[in-house]
Amino acid sequence: MKSDIVLAGVGGQGILSIATILGVAALEEGLNIKQAEVHGMSQRGGDVQSNLRISSEKIASDLIPLGKADLIVSLEPMEALRYLPSLSAGGWIVTSSQPFINIPDYPEIEALEKALGSEKHLIMFDMDAVAKDCGSPRSGNMVLLGAASPFIEIEPEKIEKAIATVFSAKGAKVVEANLEAFRKGRAKALEKIDETVTNS
Amino acid sequence: MKIKKLLLGDEAFASGAINAGLSGAYGYPGTPSTEIMEFIQANPVAKARAIHSHWSANEKTAYEEALGMSFAGLRSIVTMKHVGLNAAADAFVNSGMTGANGGMLVAVADDPSMHSSQNEQDSRFYGDFAFIPVLEPSSQQEAYDMAGYGFALSEKYEIPVIIRFVTRLSHSRASVEVDAEPGPQNIVHFPADGRRWVLMPANSRARYRQLLNVYEALEEASETSPFNSYTDGTDKSLGIVVSGIAANYLDEIFQEGCPFPTVRISQYPLPKKMLRRLAGECEKLLILEEGQPFIEKAMRGVMESPVRICGRLDGIVQRTGELNPDIVKDSLYKLCPDLEAVRPVDRREPCQLAVSRPPSLCKGCGHRDVYQALNEVLSEYADARVFGDIGCYTLGYLAPFKALHTVLDMGASITMAKGASEAGVHPSVAVIGDSTFTHSGMAGLLDAINEDSNMLVIISDNLTTGMTGGQDSQGTGKIEDICLGLGLPAERLHTIDLLPKNYEELKRLFKEAIDSKGLHVIVSRRECIQTARRHGAHRGPKTQA
Repeated sequence: MKSDIVLAGVGGQGILSIATILGVAALEEGLNIKQAEVHGMSQRGGDVQSNLRISSEKIASDLIPLGKADLIVSLEPMEALRYLPSLSAGGWIVTSSQPFINIPDYPEIEALEKALGSEKHLIMFDMDAVAKDCGSPRSGNMVLLGAASPFIEIEPEKIEKAIATVFSAKGAKVVEANLEAFRKGRAKALEKIDETVTNS
Repeated sequence: MKIKKLLLGDEAFASGAINAGLSGAYGYPGTPSTEIMEFIQANPVAKARAIHSHWSANEKTAYEEALGMSFAGLRSIVTMKHVGLNAAADAFVNSGMTGANGGMLVAVADDPSMHSSQNEQDSRFYGDFAFIPVLEPSSQQEAYDMAGYGFALSEKYEIPVIIRFVTRLSHSRASVEVDAEPGPQNIVHFPADGRRWVLMPANSRARYRQLLNVYEALEEASETSPFNSYTDGTDKSLGIVVSGIAANYLDEIFQEGCPFPTVRISQYPLPKKMLRRLAGECEKLLILEEGQPFIEKAMRGVMESPVRICGRLDGIVQRTGELNPDIVKDSLYKLCPDLEAVRPVDRREPCQLAVSRPPSLCKGCGHRDVYQALNEVLSEYADARVFGDIGCYTLGYLAPFKALHTVLDMGASITMAKGASEAGVHPSVAVIGDSTFTHSGMAGLLDAINEDSNMLVIISDNLTTGMTGGQDSQGTGKIEDICLGLGLPAERLHTIDLLPKNYEELKRLFKEAIDSKGLHVIVSRRECIQTARRHGAHRGPKTQA
């Protein structure tokens, strides 16, 4: 298997937790991993991204070549669009629809929705809203991970196990809330994939 | 026995050092090097062995502390970002002269593309300048392996060894095979040759000749290093020299094997024989290296070369910025347009809607109050200039504050403001954080106190080293005492807590300090919002009745 994933968001949104969990799951599966991330100045409310590569073969580069990413996974719609040059021809975009507006020249929401709407391979919904429904408003990133999981060849049970491991220090309640968020996100994405496949 | 762990490049090196018998780690936080120390601080083996891992005041003190441990025969590392080596340069260059006793590794992390830095300097030049060998890991596994290898090299040749990181390796995670059990530590033993540790001219002259011989021996060691290699190829129209992490990008492109003869370099000084052999067998050469053209410059020299040399200096590889698989591929395409493996792939155009999202100060950050109040006060003066420094508060240069006129290096706010005030600039204001103040601001403040320079120094104290993620700040709880101890008259020192209710008072303090002659220091204080949040979490949630 091989998954080349660009994780995107705004500093502080929690994309690195997604990378950590997938990393733990992949390591457990005996897969190779490389995951480049951004620390330091760029984390302060700026755009952040992480290149996550998982493969059963040896991985050479820490960075994904342009046009080679299988997935863009984003917590923010404009940030999802930033990495279009990375996406491969058959690649999917999984993104939250909830904009994070902390700059004066943030584009019109309609324009963003139109641009994303023209993507054939798109899963987009409000991840934060789903997280709130689960009673865990800060688990938007786990909803996103769930929504991305059908595109990653690691069994969902294995990812759930990794979620439990990563959040174990924070107690059973936090683990359960994050698992719930993951499952909701996954279910929602599976519905949408069905629609996409039926419509095409 | 080996076990697999998922580690950042920084962490892999730290883990390797602990398992290779490390006794002390020293350093000052700096992106992308910070995680080396943080790993050691949190590591159970390091705790059980009481391995030193307290942050130092700056890179120079850290360097000398690590060298002192090496003098005593134990294995030590010192960590810093590339510009930190400038601060430590006096100790560093002279440590080539003293040499090492216990193995000493200088883990220095370069930041090509300047993700979090003010320049793109390449530490390999420092190694060459100081006759100190350099190891340049290309993978997290090599970062781990090079710790033990580097200690042995350091002890064999009795010299410190640089481990050169770059951002993409420091901050990239991979599965690494690590030893399940740590190896033994050194016991204290003093250098056999004590003279060269006292760098008086007579000793230094003798040592310098010896050091040149050591460097020649190190050149030979590079020829047989397990980290350097010559791989033959079928197509000799091109030879490739590739170093460090750039090798990964080459491997990404040629997954079925590279058709061109290739020299891989991860240990310096340069293996000259290997390079000469490559030049002798190939029609032209492409040099791929992360950072500045260090190998390329050495290959080109001054004289006309019989072989065409391509790289950053002739524009075949882009002159600035970090490499990636696409840049390496484009460079190869320029030289071999018929080669299938390097033909450009279809890629989509960047989306114009995705506008830039620069970093900004956190909501609730005390630096925000400082800049807002300062801007309001300074708007009444035509020629006010504000001298900034290195830290989160450097972001005061950006909108919405646009408050800063200079940012140079650690501590330069105070000294540049002083020089400008002596040129007649008024108001001349320095803004510096607490950690940067104790790193390199104190000596400059002493200058300003001694001359009672007509300027305002704002020490914006957030009780931490914020930009790098909230490491302990060495001046916490001592800032006012330091100022007074340096000789600042008590009436020129003002302290204010950055609270909304104190905002008018803050402006009044600024205004009065600017309008009265001489030096004033205002310590403005609020705990970093990020570390405060973490401290809150540590204390646990508030219990509800």
